[in-house]
Amino acid sequence: MQGTLPSSPLGGSTTVQHVSHTVEEGTGKGPSTGRWKMEAVVFILSLVDCCALIFLSVYFIITLSDLECDYINARACCSKLNKWVIPEMVGQCLSTMLMLVSMHWFTFFLNLPVAAWNIYRYVKVPLGNMGVFDPTEIHNRGQLKSHMKEAMIKLGYHLLCFFIYLYSMILALIND
Amino acid sequence: PPQPGPPQPGPPSRHLGGHYPSLPLGYQNAAPPPAAILTQTLVPVPLSQPLGGPGPAQLSPSLAAMSLQSSTPEALRVVNLLQERNLLPPIPIPPPTPCLQQDLQKINCNPEVFRSTLTSIPQTQSLLNKAKMPLGLLLHPFKDLSQLPVVTSSTIVRCRSCRTYINPFVSFLDQRRWKCNLCYRVNDVPEEFMYNPVSRSYGEPHKRPEVQNATIEFIAPSEYMLRPPQPAVYLFHSSTWSHNASLLDNIKLPGDSRTKIGFVTFDSTIHFYNLQEGLSQPQMLIVSDIDDIFLPTPDSLLVNLNECKELVQDLLKSLPTLFQKTMETQSALGSALQAAYKLLLPTGGRMSVFQTQLPNLGVGALQSREDPNQRASAKDVQHLSPATDFYKKLALDCSGQQVAVDLFLLSSQYCDLASLGCISRYSAGSVYYYPSYHHQHNPAQVECFQRDLKRYLTRKIGFEAVMRIRCSKGMSIHTFHGNFFVRSTDLLSLPNVNPDAGFAVQMSIEENLDDMQIVSFQAALLYTSSKGERRIRVHTLCLPVVNSLSDIFAGADVQAITGLLACMAVDRSATASLSDARDAMTNAAIDSLASYRQSVLSIQQPGLLAPACLRLFPLFILALLKQKAFRTGTSTRLDDRLFAMCQLKYQPLVYSMLMIHPALYRVDDLSDEGALNINERTVPQPRVLQLSVEKLSREAAFLMDAGTVMYLWVGRSCQPAFLTQVLGVSSYAAVPDNLHLLPELDTAESQRTRAFIGWLRDQRPFFPPLHVIRDESQLKPTFMQNMIEDRTESALSYYEFLLHLQQQISK
Repeated sequence: MQGTLPSSPLGGSTTVQHVSHTVEEGTGKGPSTGRWKMEAVVFILSLVDCCALIFLSVYFIITLSDLECDYINARACCSKLNKWVIPEMVGQCLSTMLMLVSMHWFTFFLNLPVAAWNIYRYVKVPLGNMGVFDPTEIHNRGQLKSHMKEAMIKLGYHLLCFFIYLYSMILALIND
Repeated sequence: PPQPGPPQPGPPSRHLGGHYPSLPLGYQNAAPPPAAILTQTLVPVPLSQPLGGPGPAQLSPSLAAMSLQSSTPEALRVVNLLQERNLLPPIPIPPPTPCLQQDLQKINCNPEVFRSTLTSIPQTQSLLNKAKMPLGLLLHPFKDLSQLPVVTSSTIVRCRSCRTYINPFVSFLDQRRWKCNLCYRVNDVPEEFMYNPVSRSYGEPHKRPEVQNATIEFIAPSEYMLRPPQPAVYLFHSSTWSHNASLLDNIKLPGDSRTKIGFVTFDSTIHFYNLQEGLSQPQMLIVSDIDDIFLPTPDSLLVNLNECKELVQDLLKSLPTLFQKTMETQSALGSALQAAYKLLLPTGGRMSVFQTQLPNLGVGALQSREDPNQRASAKDVQHLSPATDFYKKLALDCSGQQVAVDLFLLSSQYCDLASLGCISRYSAGSVYYYPSYHHQHNPAQVECFQRDLKRYLTRKIGFEAVMRIRCSKGMSIHTFHGNFFVRSTDLLSLPNVNPDAGFAVQMSIEENLDDMQIVSFQAALLYTSSKGERRIRVHTLCLPVVNSLSDIFAGADVQAITGLLACMAVDRSATASLSDARDAMTNAAIDSLASYRQSVLSIQQPGLLAPACLRLFPLFILALLKQKAFRTGTSTRLDDRLFAMCQLKYQPLVYSMLMIHPALYRVDDLSDEGALNINERTVPQPRVLQLSVEKLSREAAFLMDAGTVMYLWVGRSCQPAFLTQVLGVSSYAAVPDNLHLLPELDTAESQRTRAFIGWLRDQRPFFPPLHVIRDESQLKPTFMQNMIEDRTESALSYYEFLLHLQQQISK
C-alpha cells in the first residue's frame, strides 16, 4: 500500500515511504509468527474441547455406574445420557475439523475413527428405540457393561489426546 | 430316624437325633470327602429320567460331581438319530429330575413353576461354553396352584446381606444361626421364628413351613408397601363396541368393595362416560381436541363398581347401538391411550384396549408397512421392529404409574403389531390377536374371543407387582425375556401380574463354582392381591453342580432349551435379522451335537449320534424353523408372524411347546386300555404320534392338540362307526364345515372322545377351541403345516434336516 505523507506544516518536502507487508528477515515475525499463533490458537481450542470431552466421558461413567449400583433408575439414567449424545458428537467433530483445517494429519487421523464411530452409533439406532441409550434394552444382553467399557475407552483416548494437544500447544507457544 | 453313618455312598439323609440336625456329608459347603473312598466303588447310577415318574437320585452330590465311570445312565444312552425313527415317547414328555438327594428333591420347586435348561449346573463358564447349550431359567411364578401354603408372620426372615427369603435349602448351623444358600452369610434366627405354629413346638425352626416348602406365599407387612394397596381398577377402552357387551353382564371381576371401573371409546374423537351415582343414565362426553387431551370431569369417569352397577349395565346395553351406524374410518389410538393413562394415573390398574384397525390419526399414527407380495419371500422379512418409540415411551410411563395395558387386536387387516405390541410388552400386559375377526362372518373367532375374554376377566390378578430373581454367588443373570420392564439389575417391574404369563432369563457363570455342591435360585414376587392385600410369593429351586461334560449332557432339559432358544431367536430377529435367527437356531443344534460327539462319546460310530435326553432336540429345532414366527418361503402375514413371536416369549413353557410341536393322537379307535380313572371318568390315553403325513390314514380320525387350538381331522374313508357315534353324522360328506362342538351322544365312543378332549382341556386354564376338519376344509392347510417332519416346497423334511446336521458336524 502506498501512501503519501501530507506536506508538513513547516513547508519542507518529505519523502514517501512504502509501507509494505514484507518484513525484514531474521526476526521470525509475520507469516511464520501468524502461523505459530494460529497453531497455538488451534491447539488451545482443541485442548479446551478435549477437556470438555473428558468431563463428558467422566459424567457418562458416573451415571452408568450409578445405574449399576441402583442409585438411579433406568429411565432417568437414559434420558440424562441421551441428552449429551449429540453435544459429544459435535465436540468430537469440531476437534476433527480443527485438525483437518489446520492440516495436522496425525492428530486428524487420530480423531477420525472416534468421530466416525459416534456418528455410526447415532445413525444406527433402530426406529423403535428411545435413543442411543434405551431404558428397556440397557439391562439386556450386557449392554450396560458394553456402554461402560466404551465410556472408559473414550476417557483413556481423550486423556491421550489431551496430552498430545498440550505438548503441541506448548511447542507452538514456545516457538512463538 | 435313619442312623448317621460313616461317609459311604448310598442315600445319605438328614441326621436327626440328639444333637441339632446338621447337614449330611456332601451337602455342607465344605471340602468333599476324600476321593479315595468313593472311587473304589462302582455305584449303579439310575440318574434322572422320564417315562413314568422321577427316579429317586441315589447319589450324594459329591459323587455326582465326579464323572461317571460305570454304566451309562438312561439319559446318556447313545441314540443314532438316522436309524431310530420312533423317538417320541408315548406320553407327553415329563421334565427331567435334577440329580439331587432324595430328601432335597422331594421339596424342590415344582418344575412347572421353575425350570432350568440344564438341571446340572456346570462348574465354570468355560465348561458351559464347551457344552454349547444355553443356560437359563424358565419361570411361571403366578401359576394357579392347587396347594399354596400361605404364611402370616410378623417377621419375614431374610438374609441380612443379600435379602434372600429363608427357604428349604438353607443350612442351620445350630439352633440359632442359619447360613444363606445364596451368599453364604451366617444370620441369626429371630426369636419368633423358633416357635412353629403348625406343630406348636418350640426350638425346631427347620420344621416351619417356610423351610419345608419351596413355593410359599407370605402376607407382607407394611414395610413392603410404598403406598396403601391399590384397589382393583379396570378401564375398558375400545374403538368400536358392537360385540362383547353382553359378556360383561354376568362376569365377576376380581376385586373387593373398592373395585373401580371405567369406559372410554374413541374414533377420531375421544368419548368418556360419566357414570356418577345419581344420574338416571350414563352421560357421554366427547373430547375432540386430540392433540391436547384433557379429562372432561375430574372424577366419576372411574366409578365404584358396586355402587354404580345399574349405570354400568345400562351403558353396556346402549353401547352397541351407539356404534352400529358409525361410518368413521379414523382411529386416534395414541391420543386415546394418553387420555386413558391420565385417567388411571392416580391409582394404577389395568387398561384393556380393543383395537380394530391401524391407528391413523394423531400421535402414534402408524403406516401400513406390510407388502403383501413379500409374504412368501424366501429371503429376509422386514419390519419386525417397531416403527416409532411412542408406544414404548407410553408403556414406560404406564409402568411407572402401575398401569398395565392389555391389547386385543380384532382386525382383518394389517395393524402393525410390531409397534402396537410395545404398549403391552413393557407394561406387563398381554396381547390377544384374532385375525380376520368379524362378528358375523367368522363365528369361530367370535367364540374364541368370547371364551378368552371370559378367562381374561375372571382370572386371578396381582397389581403393582415387582419380581426379583436371585442366584447363588458366582452366577448372574444377563438377559430377560417376557412382558415387563427391567427397572434395575434384577428387579422386574410388573404393573399387573397374571397367571398366564411366563418369563425366561439367561444366566452366566461369573466365578467358578469350585467348592459348591449345589446352587440355588429364588424368584420372589411382591404384589397386591385384588382384595387389597400385599403378598409375596417365593419360589426356590436347587440344582447340583457338576464338572464333567457328560453330566451336563445327562441333565439337559430339551424342552426348556428349545423354549429358551425360541426367546433368543425372537430377540435376534428384531435386533439383527430373521435369517440370522434361523441360522443361530440351526447352529445351536449343530454345536451341541458336535460337542457331544467330540467330548463325551468314547466310541465314534457313523451316523448322527445324540444322547437320549437330547434325541428330540433336532426335531424341536426343525419345528421352530417351520413355526409361523420363523418360517420363510410360506406365505405368512406379518401380524400373524409377530403374534407368534409374542406368544413364544410370553407363554409358559408347557403351552409354547405344544405350539411348537403339537401332539397328534389317533382318536377313532380309543380304548379303555391304559386309561386313567379321574373323578369316576375313564379317560383313554392314546399314544402320541409323530407329526408326519405318514402317520395319518384315510381310514381314521386324528386329534391334533396345538395348545391354544385343537384340530380333529377326519379321513376320507373313516369308519362309519366313528362318524355316526362320535360326530353324529351319517356320512363323510355330511360333516359340516365349521363344526366345533362335538355332539353329546350316548355312545361309548362319544363318551371316550369327549372325556379325552375334556381331560386335555382341563389341564390348561384357557379353553382351546376345537375345529373338525375334512379334506376340503379351509383349515386343512393350517393342519398340514403342523406336519413338521414332512418336506414342503420351502423346507426340508426331518430326515433331510438330520442329514444336513450330520454333514455340518463332520466338517
